[in-house]
Formats: sequence, structure tokens, C-alpha cells
Amino acid sequence: MNRLSQLALSDEGFVFDPQTGDSFQVSETGIAVLRALKEGRSDEDIAQQLVAHFDVALEEARRDCTDFRSQLKNFGLA
Amino acid sequence: MSKRPYEKPVINKLRSGLMNKFGWSPAYARKVRTAIDGVSVDELCGQFGSPLFVYSERTARRTYRQMFNAFSTRYPNVVFGWSYKTNYLQAICALMHQEGAIAEVVSAMEYDKARLLGMPGEKIIFNGPHKPMAALEKAVSEGAVINVDNLDEIVDLETVAKKLNRTVHVGMRLNLDAGIYPQWSRFGFNLESGQALDAAKRIARGGRLKLNGLHCHIGTFIMDPQAYAREITKMVKFGYELREAFGFDMEFYDIGGGFPSKSRLKGVYLPPEVAIPGIDEFAEAITHAFSEALKPGDFPKLIIESGRALIDESGYLITSIVAAKRLADGTRAYVADGGVNLLFTAFWYKFNVELDREVGGINETSVIYGPLCMNIDAIDEGIQLPPLKRGTRLIFSPVGAYNNTQWLQFIEYRPNVVLVTEKGEVEIIREAEDITDITRRERLPKHLELKNGK
Ligand SMILES: Cc1ncc(COP(=O)(O)O)c(C=O)c1O
Repeated sequence: MNRLSQLALSDEGFVFDPQTGDSFQVSETGIAVLRALKEGRSDEDIAQQLVAHFDVALEEARRDCTDFRSQLKNFGLA
Repeated sequence: MSKRPYEKPVINKLRSGLMNKFGWSPAYARKVRTAIDGVSVDELCGQFGSPLFVYSERTARRTYRQMFNAFSTRYPNVVFGWSYKTNYLQAICALMHQEGAIAEVVSAMEYDKARLLGMPGEKIIFNGPHKPMAALEKAVSEGAVINVDNLDEIVDLETVAKKLNRTVHVGMRLNLDAGIYPQWSRFGFNLESGQALDAAKRIARGGRLKLNGLHCHIGTFIMDPQAYAREITKMVKFGYELREAFGFDMEFYDIGGGFPSKSRLKGVYLPPEVAIPGIDEFAEAITHAFSEALKPGDFPKLIIESGRALIDESGYLITSIVAAKRLADGTRAYVADGGVNLLFTAFWYKFNVELDREVGGINETSVIYGPLCMNIDAIDEGIQLPPLKRGTRLIFSPVGAYNNTQWLQFIEYRPNVVLVTEKGEVEIIREAEDITDITRRERLPKHLELKNGK
């Protein structure tokens, strides 16, 4: 999670990685998940949070959190 | 408190260049289609399942009339021969015949299909390199137009003529250099090398056959109207040589098919609307060259065997996403319930892909796989799509040409094919298969019958 805590997030959905100079575009829900991850929250917690705010079933939210983590891993961010 | 609409969490790295621009431009990639000819995609799948082939009768008839008019307003003696191999679903053939096309077949099976539909022999053009003796005899006695492909077939036709004790009129398939590469030289007799003239000599000498037409098909998805102009000019010149040398009068010139549809060949980056000449340009080039080459007062039949261009745009395949994956390299991948088993032309064409609903979120470069447990089964290996969830429908088009004939009975059942009629009603034109379609022709030897699984 250390790596994530260094990322700079903007409300418009841009993420800057000061370590590599890469920038990223993130969807609205992606920003929400990233923020939660930076706070060190658990996947289950984050899925619950998505369900609370967005029109999505828990099962789908859980699945998408897992997928989002693999996207981060892919970019070397987690 | 009302919840906000959900879109899946996605993170994309920003790169410079085209890829990203497309990724940012939802209008480019997010094409939505909720209905086909006014019938909702949801309703279609609800009633007939997914995957589902859907044909538009309206588009098919409109395309036919447009194409036929393009030629018939420029030359007074035009006949269309519907290329069965492009799509020999009965309903599609019948529709083409209702519009006025005769049948163009290339095998005994296709010949039987045309006859079964009620086409009389004289309204069938029989082409192709394989015409078994029995089929040839039947076709000759029923008055079909036969275009000879090779010397052995000339011998067979003479045998038939002798048996029926009459002179048989035949056309000759030519292959020639129209500036199209690769040149299709495996069908018919080569013009430039003198092979065709030799064959005509042989026919004249045999005394049982009479040449009354010339046929040629220079290839498929031809983008250059002038190629047809060169083709027909050479054909007519040869026709007059035949009259001169043997007294054979050409009643028809059959220039084959090959006109492009609005599909996108892999490797061609311009959108089809920009890259492909309209049918009027083809018709103009062809009829102009034809009239130039013909002697005054001669109006032989101009036969056109267009397949792809007549039907491709009328066909859609609706599929549903059954799973979303992420590949080891991070690429987003989807598994659809229809793949190359149904879309055989996916090997050459990149289809237009539409979603059945608006989907929010950032586009990602994605891969669409079909359902086969085979590595080859990929319908699109680089498409910009927003994150899609299971059940989202992908509508592929144009898929009306060559898919419902070349589809594979491989691993999966083949699905329903429906026609949306001009009145907006939906008719099944080919039922979905079940296990009996797969096993009906098989025989299990007695000693291989299993008892209690043994
Ligand atoms: C003899 C002949 N005629 C017509 C066609 C139809 O071609 P297209 O679908 O390219 O118009 C073909 C296709 O291969 C053909 O071989």
C-alpha cells in the first residue's frame, strides 16, 4: 500500500505517480476505490462502500474491486 | 437517498498518440444499438435467445433495388444472378428471386437448393470447378446456363449432349488479367495465354456444344471500378474473336461478382464509407466500357453475380457477454457466446461492434473472444470498449455475407436465424440446432454401444 499512498489524485480523475512520472486516467468509481485503498481499507469494506453510494449489487462490486486491484498491479502501482 | 449510476472502476495509463485519443473519445467507440428495424434487441433475444442472427428484409430489398437500378438505368439488358454460396438460407434466396434475381450456383447441392425453391433450370447459372456427371446431366436437361470450367468438363458435356442427342449451349469461364492481384487463375481458361481460344477450338471441333456466353469473376472485395472495365473490355473483344473464328454468337457476358460491402477489411484503416467506391461508380465504369466495346446494335445480356454487396449489410449477429477477464498482460478480455464458429469472416474482416445500451466509464483496449475452447476464437483483438458487465449484448455487423454458409458446426450449436420483415414482424428462417442435428447422420456400431457408461 505504500506505493499507493504516494499517488496524487485529482477529483477530475487524474492520477500522477511521482516515482515514475506516469499519469493515469481513472473512472469516478476508480477514484473512490483508490482513495479507500490509500486509507488502507479492506476490499470487503470498499465493496460495501460502493454499494452504499452507487447503484450496484454487492457481488458485482466485490468482483470489480478484485479486478481493479489487478489493474493496479499491472501498472506496478500495488 | 437515490444512488448514483455505477460504472466499473477503471484505471488507464495515459500515453501519447492515437490509441489514447480513441480511448478518450466515447463517440468513436461507443456505438449503441437498441433495436434492429424497430424491433428491440432485448425483445429479440428474449424470444429467440442469444446468440442470434438477425436479417433486415427492408435493407436487403433496398440494397437489391439500389444495385439493380444502378446497372439497369445504364444498360438495357441486365440480369442479376444471386450467388448462393454467399448466403443460401432459403428465405434469403427467395427474397432475391422475388426481387428478380436468377440463381448462381457452384455445386450439385446449391443446384438442388435452387430447384427445391422452385427455380426452373433455365433460371439457374451453374458455375464452379466441380460439376459431377449426374448434376451436369440434370442441369443440361433442365436448360440451365452452364459455364465450363475446364477441358475435362467439356468432354463430360459432350457425353451428355450425345446422350440427349442435341446440341448443348454453354458459356465459358475465363480468367484474365484485369489488374487485380492475386489473379484468380485457377478457375476457367486463361485468356492471355491462348488457353481460352484453344478450348473454343476444341468445342468447335467436337461439334456437340455451342458457345453462347462468356463468364469471369475477377475476385472478391474489389475496390477498383476500372478493374471491371478492363475485364469486360477483354471479354467482349474475345467474344467477337469467337464469332469471327467459329461463328459463335455471345448472348451473354457474365462478369461475376466481387463488389465490396461496407465491411472493413483487416489492415484497411479508413472507414468503409471513405475507402469504398459506391455502386454507381462500378456500374458507370462497367456499362461505359461495355458499350464502348460492343458493336452498334448489339445488346447481349449483362449478367452480374454480386453476393457480398447485396446481403452483407442486412445481417447482424447479436451476442451476449458471458464473462469478463483480465489477461496476464493486463488486457481486458470478454467472452461472448458467439465467435468464429458463427462469424467465419472474422478472419478477414473487422466488424462494426455496437452495444445494446449506454455504458459509462473509460474506454479500454479490449479483446473479444468467442465461446470456443480454442485459441483461434477471437472476434476482435483490439477494440476500445468501456468496462462491460456480463449480459451486455454486442451486436456485430455487417455479417450477412458468407457467415451463414461458412459457419461451423463445431463445439457449439448453431443458433436461431430470424428475419425482421418489412412489416416489422419477426420470422424464424432457420431454427436453432439441438443434439439431434449433430448426431442424426451418425451410426454407432453395435460393439461400441456403452452399457452403464462402460
Ligand atoms: C463465380 C462467382 N460468382 C459470384 C461470386 C460472388 O462474389 P461476391 O460475394 O464477392 O460478390 C463468387 C464468389 O466467390 C464466385 O466465385
